Amino acid sequence: MVSTAKQLVRGGIGALALLPWIHAAAAEPAAQPSGWNLLNMPQGVTSVSQNVYDIHMIVTWICVWIGVAVFGVMFYSMFAHRKSRGHQPANFHESTKVELAWTIVPALILIVMAFPATTTLKELYDTSEADLDIKITGYQWKWKYDYLGKDVSFISELATSQASIYGNAPKTEFYLEEVTEPLVIPVGKKVRLLMTAADVIHSWWVPALAVKRDAIPGFVNETWARVDKPGIYRGRCAELCGKDHAFMPIVVNAVPEAEFNAWLAKKQSETTAMRALTEKTFTQDELMAKGEAVYGRSCASCHGAAGEGIAGVFPALKGSKIALGPVADHLNIVVNGKSGTAMQAFGAQLSEVDLAAVITYERNAWGNKSEDNIVQPVDVFKLKKGQ
Amino acid sequence: MAHGPAKGIGRWLRATNHKDIGTMYLWFSFAMFLLGGFFAMVVRAELFEPGMQIVKPEFFNQMTTMHGLIMVFGAIMPVFVGLANWMIPMMIGAPDMALPRMNNLSFWILPFGFALLASTLFMEGGAPNFGWTFYAPLSTTYAPPTVNFFIFGVHIIGASSIMGSINIIATILNLRAPGMTLMKMPLFVWTWLITAFLLIAVMPVLAGAVTMMLMDINFGTSFFNAAGGGDPVLFQHVFWFFGHPEVYIIIIPAFGVISAIIPTFSRKPLFGYSSMVYATAAIAFLSFIVWAHHMFTVGMPLAGELYFMYATMLIAVPTGVKVFNWITTMFRGAITYETPMLFAIAFVILFTIGGFTGLMLAIAPADIQYHDSYFVVAHFHYVMVAGALFSSTAAVYYWIPKWTGRMYNETMGKVHFWVSFVAFNVTFFPQHFLGLAGMPRRYADYSLQFADWNMVSSIGAFAYGASQLLFLYNVIATIVAGRKISDPKVWEGAEGLEWTVPTPAPYHTFSTPPAIK
Amino acid sequence: MAQNPVRKTVLWSLLAGVAMFGFALFVMPPLYDALCEITGLGGKTDGRYVAEQPAVDQERVVKVQFVTTNNSAMPWEFRPLTDAVRVHPGESHKIEFYARNDTERDMVAQAIPSVTPGNAAQYLQKTQCFCFDRQPLKAGAEANMPVVFFIDPALPSSVNTITLSYTLFDVTDRQSVAVTARN
Repeated sequence: MVSTAKQLVRGGIGALALLPWIHAAAAEPAAQPSGWNLLNMPQGVTSVSQNVYDIHMIVTWICVWIGVAVFGVMFYSMFAHRKSRGHQPANFHESTKVELAWTIVPALILIVMAFPATTTLKELYDTSEADLDIKITGYQWKWKYDYLGKDVSFISELATSQASIYGNAPKTEFYLEEVTEPLVIPVGKKVRLLMTAADVIHSWWVPALAVKRDAIPGFVNETWARVDKPGIYRGRCAELCGKDHAFMPIVVNAVPEAEFNAWLAKKQSETTAMRALTEKTFTQDELMAKGEAVYGRSCASCHGAAGEGIAGVFPALKGSKIALGPVADHLNIVVNGKSGTAMQAFGAQLSEVDLAAVITYERNAWGNKSEDNIVQPVDVFKLKKGQ
Repeated sequence: MAHGPAKGIGRWLRATNHKDIGTMYLWFSFAMFLLGGFFAMVVRAELFEPGMQIVKPEFFNQMTTMHGLIMVFGAIMPVFVGLANWMIPMMIGAPDMALPRMNNLSFWILPFGFALLASTLFMEGGAPNFGWTFYAPLSTTYAPPTVNFFIFGVHIIGASSIMGSINIIATILNLRAPGMTLMKMPLFVWTWLITAFLLIAVMPVLAGAVTMMLMDINFGTSFFNAAGGGDPVLFQHVFWFFGHPEVYIIIIPAFGVISAIIPTFSRKPLFGYSSMVYATAAIAFLSFIVWAHHMFTVGMPLAGELYFMYATMLIAVPTGVKVFNWITTMFRGAITYETPMLFAIAFVILFTIGGFTGLMLAIAPADIQYHDSYFVVAHFHYVMVAGALFSSTAAVYYWIPKWTGRMYNETMGKVHFWVSFVAFNVTFFPQHFLGLAGMPRRYADYSLQFADWNMVSSIGAFAYGASQLLFLYNVIATIVAGRKISDPKVWEGAEGLEWTVPTPAPYHTFSTPPAIK
Repeated sequence: MAQNPVRKTVLWSLLAGVAMFGFALFVMPPLYDALCEITGLGGKTDGRYVAEQPAVDQERVVKVQFVTTNNSAMPWEFRPLTDAVRVHPGESHKIEFYARNDTERDMVAQAIPSVTPGNAAQYLQKTQCFCFDRQPLKAGAEANMPVVFFIDPALPSSVNTITLSYTLFDVTDRQSVAVTARN
């Protein structure tokens, strides 16, 4: 019987020897693991993420070995102390020594775990001065990035088409992981990330950076990251934030400093160019084409791809009073939103050109035929300026 | 007291007998289990492959929310109340519960609470879609109009729970047979006594949370609204002050069931009775001081994170004591493997795995990665399904011969067990991988690298769901046509007062108190 | 009816339940606010500072950033006129925020301040702030709204960047409701 137990223990250890292999396979620094290779936490590209990974592995292995020991005893008695083998039950119970031991030993193991955990946690709370400050604002269902003091600010939202989500178009490699514009950060620099939200609570999570922080409306939160390796890192919203919770991914593009500076300069000049663009007059075709794209990104998820809405929740635009009525009302609701409903004030999120295009589109698409059917960026500009 | 049950529907509507009410609780919770399970099937079917195929994201959120609410409040909590009603009087030698009429009321308001909750599915705006944790402001400013029905439903369910626990406390403290001292009570009774105290302490806090929501939504207060000086994070503190004890409310009676079944089929007394009692009390106490470990990413001060991390890690100690006790009880016993024992052993293994992942989640810096991911989903299903549900399934197999005087079909029971056990692990083990690799919970759709394990998980879920129909069939077949038995002590190794009364248990037991050795 | 000891148990349990309900509704929110004030939990700042101002610490420089967010249905233009300043602790500074109501209706706004890192919140003292009151703006009107603050020299030495964030909420429709604005 004892030899049986020995064999069992030996067999168990043999099986466990395979586990480090799994571990190694998962730790392979190759591209993002997928399919059956997707087994473990990424080690990530920051010192924090590396430390978090190490703690995760230490605790996992401690748990595995405790499990092996405890279940080992259990499986041994399940096998050896079966009634069918004629085992007679013992009648022992209560033993202060044993009970003290199994209280104190686990407590000691916990203390061992607490040390690395405390150190890493303190590192997370480092508040030394950063090289770059970025404010991240969560919206239903997109992210806005403001580079503080750099006059650069943009919205980043899902670039995957509704057709692809609903199976009417193929799903490409970065299905639900692609955005209209990624967050660009320099490598080797401390980037301070300030989180807040404009409506409900969101949570900005990029596993490779070991950053997950809630974005809470009315409050500002901070965390930081120093990325060691250039690359594209993908993340997601982690706090249930309504209908399109699963459809507001995050893409971080970490680039060398020089490249970052060039990108920043380009963005700054784009900001200036956009202001000039609002002066130009567009044709209806130009506006319709642009408007269809904007509509697909910003409006279709609630109002439907064909303006049909969702009965009882989101009004239809096809044949709606707003889309067929006076242009001023239509402009007003899109730019300023509607208090107490999910209709946001898009004036703060979309450019004048995009706003003009999407309103024009809504007034002409799906058989809508309104009197004033063209809205120019300058009209939006005027409304925003309060003229 | 020689009369039997009343005839017809009146027996159930006006029931005051603890056995009748226990039966109704058990059937009600099974019905809710099937309903909540159906919602889970919708969720897993949508997640079978990437892309939206079956439902819209809006409805998906309603399904995850309703699944959570129905399972927690409608299936798991009532099933243990049902077991408590049936077994506690028989275990302590009492003729009935202390407050039979309140017992009737606390059961009969439940169907109304859940009817109200479920009816929102057919209303304009749809059912609650903000998750079973209903974080503000998603559940207040941005909630569908049906949120008021949800709040009212929660109030009813809470009132039922509070009445139920007052009844249990009054029964245990006052109706024990002479000689049945507190430290002689079966562990199931002890765990329920502790659970009932937890319920009385925290269900009112839940009621407070939804009342504050109600006032924010309808009366313009600003408890959780930053615009008026409130704070959405306050909601999370209030909710988890209720929520963490709540998950122990669910699991502690399960400890009691397992502590009854393992000694029976090991034919050996429980190893450390008193240390089990103290460990349960310690777990209950700790549950009040660890709540913010659910909120490691909201931006607490460092000192707060450290405190909640250390306090949470401490829970591993009394939990370990329990697991070690069960295993030592089995050690050198004479073990047989009837269906209840199989479920109990699976409970020990899978609950311990859930405990390990719980310990991992307690490590605050690592929780940054685990939080709100599928790793958490896997963790709490190991504790809720393999913990609470497996133990209540074990309890039904264990006590149904005593309830009905008929033996269930052992082969079918074993098939049910093995299919459940395998399917459960196929469903939930891969979810650890998904979470670690970065898939957040409550996602209606996911990117392509998560596809394979999600498909595995869905297949497991369908099998798990199907195996519960086998359970239903086995229970009905037992009641209708099971082999009749009459031995009061159904199981060879069973100890306790409930095994001294005739089988099937007569309508009235212990009208005169038994003598306690 | 139930026997006396049963009645006693029931009464005590009921009382405990009612007490816990009261605890959740009337004790937890103010307790939480008090905790926030003491620990800077959630980055909440104190109200108007009225005591005497501490001496200036010329040795130390702290960077203070200003950010603004419009809550989703808030259409005003709202931004700080200064992105960031470097200050000596103890020294008073006046910063202005620009607001313009682009809509065609008169509106009222409430700005909610929040400070990060949280452990700096209790050291950022405001002697004057537009967030202490609601801010009405007529249709098309604009305004510069001031905040006067100083950093308490007791600020933990680990902190060298503080962000003061204001989120602007539309409270036009909440006029009738008494609001205890947190400051």
